[in-house]
Amino acid sequence: MLLSPALAISAVLFTLGVAGVLLRRNAIVIFMCVELMLNAVNLTFVALAQSLGLGGQVFVFFVMAVAAAEAAVGLAIILAVYRHKQSVSLQNMNLLKDG
Amino acid sequence: MTLTVFWIFGVIAMGSGLLCITRKNPIASALWLVVTLFALAALFVLLDAQFIAVLQVLVYAGAIMVLFLFVIMLLNLGRPGPTDIKGPLGLLGATVLAGALLLLLRPLGQAPLPAEIQLPPGTVAALQQQRGMVGAVATPLFDTYLVPFEIASVLLLTAIVGAVVLAKRKL
Repeated sequence: MLLSPALAISAVLFTLGVAGVLLRRNAIVIFMCVELMLNAVNLTFVALAQSLGLGGQVFVFFVMAVAAAEAAVGLAIILAVYRHKQSVSLQNMNLLKDG
Repeated sequence: MTLTVFWIFGVIAMGSGLLCITRKNPIASALWLVVTLFALAALFVLLDAQFIAVLQVLVYAGAIMVLFLFVIMLLNLGRPGPTDIKGPLGLLGATVLAGALLLLLRPLGQAPLPAEIQLPPGTVAALQQQRGMVGAVATPLFDTYLVPFEIASVLLLTAIVGAVVLAKRKL
């Protein structure tokens, strides 16, 4: 039965994604870490679909559609920010910060 | 045998995921993420989700990652420069928080599945045998999940329009 190893790998991949978001300052790399987290969840869905029915595999579709939409809009936002700041580092994005 | 292959691809996925978050160059990060996505596609095949594995390669490793690499090239971020990885304090914080999260996630994976929601063994395999790999996924998609499917199309349309509006200098 592959369920238990799949869930273990999925937990590690999700944790790596969270660690990447906390560790990096480059907005694009943080975005890629979010994609890594989404993929970890996809692995959980597919693993559980084996014993709980194919609804899990259908849900992976929706996760992929949301990920594609998110990537398109998010990268457009990063492009717009780059045009204003000449940088994609989150350190320089402090317009809302006091003082 | 299957378990060994599963773990091999799992270790490839986890190792390249680790390399993805630790490489200084964004292009190297993106390419390691592609390796992770391919390894995940292999895991999907081993979990009897061949159609999802094909979609993973086409949509994720193909379309989405090309979009990422395209933006990295467009902004010329591949050139050598100062690292964007946080210092020792940031590394310590990220490691501690990620470790705590892993400790929280592991028991969830080890908990037994409730018997009342489990299908009888072999149900999914029989369905895939009967309708084919694509048909077994397509039937619930266009039946039970028809309304979410239509909403997903509206979401994608919104994303297309939104990306054009945001990325264009002047409309």
